Amino acid sequence: MNFPTELKYTRSHEWLRMEGDVAVVGISDFAQDALGDVVFINLPQEGDETTAGESFGDVESVKAVSELICPVTGTICAVNEELFDAPEMLNQDPYGAWIIKVENITDTEDLLEAEDYEAFCANE
Amino acid sequence: MKLIFEKSVKGRHSDLLPKCDVETVELPESLRRETAPALPELSEVDVSRHYTELNHRVHGVNCGFYPLGSCTMKYNPRIDEDMAALPGFAGVHPLAPAYAVEGCREVLDTAAKYLYELTGMQGMTFQPAAGAHGEFTGVLLIKQYHEKRGDTKRRRIIVPDSAHGTNPATAAMCGFEVVNIPSAPNGCVDLEALKAVLGEDTAGLMLTNPNTVGIFDENILEITRLVHEAGGLCYYDGANLNAVMGVVRPGDMGFDCIHMNLHKTFATPHGGGGPGACAVGCKDFLKEFLPASALMDEPGHIQVRAFAGNFLVVVRALSYLMSLGREGIPEAARNAVLNANYLMRRIQGSFDLAFDRVCMHEFVLDLSRFKKETGVSALDVAKSLIDYGMHPPTMYFPLIVHEALMLEPTETESKETLDWAADIFRALYELGYKDPAYMHEAPHAAQIGRPDEVRAARSPVLRWQKPEG
Repeated sequence: MNFPTELKYTRSHEWLRMEGDVAVVGISDFAQDALGDVVFINLPQEGDETTAGESFGDVESVKAVSELICPVTGTICAVNEELFDAPEMLNQDPYGAWIIKVENITDTEDLLEAEDYEAFCANE
Repeated sequence: MKLIFEKSVKGRHSDLLPKCDVETVELPESLRRETAPALPELSEVDVSRHYTELNHRVHGVNCGFYPLGSCTMKYNPRIDEDMAALPGFAGVHPLAPAYAVEGCREVLDTAAKYLYELTGMQGMTFQPAAGAHGEFTGVLLIKQYHEKRGDTKRRRIIVPDSAHGTNPATAAMCGFEVVNIPSAPNGCVDLEALKAVLGEDTAGLMLTNPNTVGIFDENILEITRLVHEAGGLCYYDGANLNAVMGVVRPGDMGFDCIHMNLHKTFATPHGGGGPGACAVGCKDFLKEFLPASALMDEPGHIQVRAFAGNFLVVVRALSYLMSLGREGIPEAARNAVLNANYLMRRIQGSFDLAFDRVCMHEFVLDLSRFKKETGVSALDVAKSLIDYGMHPPTMYFPLIVHEALMLEPTETESKETLDWAADIFRALYELGYKDPAYMHEAPHAAQIGRPDEVRAARSPVLRWQKPEG
């Protein structure tokens, strides 16, 4: 299982990468493995507000539907619309397949470094 | 096997309609279709053989073991079918005058009376078509209760994370905000988590007890007391009533309203063999909010289905209640619990138990260690069971257990069947270490092998389409 060190992680298994003032959010390798094959994704729209620690959409796999939790409070400035037609990208390349980008960030959840996140996953 | 549309031959038919003896009427041009609908054209014998062939491909309780957790796939006694087929019931018309349907009324009243006794409720409707519809009806009682008192700030329904997915869906459908609370490590309600979310905005709590991991929540009196103190009401999801029917009553646990799946607990046919039917019961103070048929009863009530609901299913349930009687009903519940514990202990030592304690009518296996060691998933094990003529248990539910298999044998299975099933589970556990590749490909002997579920979910083909030309 892959835990890139340049990313930060949530306990609900999202990853976050800062590109200047913009936060890029996706789900971790551990999350996609636990979910199994993702078949559908439900996403917000550009311009929607997000709140740290609250749901911004959901992913459906052959096993279950799971909420996506946003690590930051801010405004969504981009949504990866390719995922609507090809949700399998989340399984194939979880760190390449970003889900949303958030700007005007005013609050951030307590995030984990890769090493701590890996330890956290070992106990899940 | 071909679809019925693919068996169609142009011009073939089997219409044996009598000669029209009433005046014919022409439909106005504006209402007529431009082209004929694409309906299959077959002779009667073709249709009969088609459905018989489908019937041979189905697995039901009459074919073999069906331990589908949380679904209570118990045998449907034949006497219940005989009662439902009595011409006075089967031929009744919903618009028949009251004096002509007194017997049917008595069936509904008697069934309600027995169910009051079993549940500790004082009001009941049989209108809902099945379980989720019953939840919807029950939560509407809670909603009307708060609205009538002008207590409009109560906008939130609390649902534990072990709940059936229909619980949060129901609360949302009724216009409430859903508050999820995490379970304690033993799979029961975490009292501290419950206290933390209770408040002036609490409309109610939806709870299944025994819960979805097959454990009776020992804090139930404390739970319902806390919700009532906060001003909320308690809703009992009757999905698992089979474990406790006639032994302990939801009304005595502190619940204010309840639904019962007649097709689970009271042995009426499930799903495609249905239709389903659901009884929603409530305490006295909620009776005024129960649905009623605007045509048959007084208007001014909500109505969730036409007339009295799926009446013939209630006939079957009443027949079941009367055949088992006051002593037989709790005995059935006890046997359901005994069978589940027996099967659980016979499987133990191979697959891990999610909770190693006495269970109620169902239990959960946790295959995460097995998957880590062999690469064989809960899905692979479920598919392998099909080769033995066993219906797979519920998979990947409850969500709080990873790689879950949830088994509910029900009271109608014999010790021989349970031993047979346990031996198969143990054999598959061994096979996982010896030949995991074989299990990834299972089933091998079924009419349909391993369908591509991912492709089916990503690009579903939902209906037959007429070929061009």
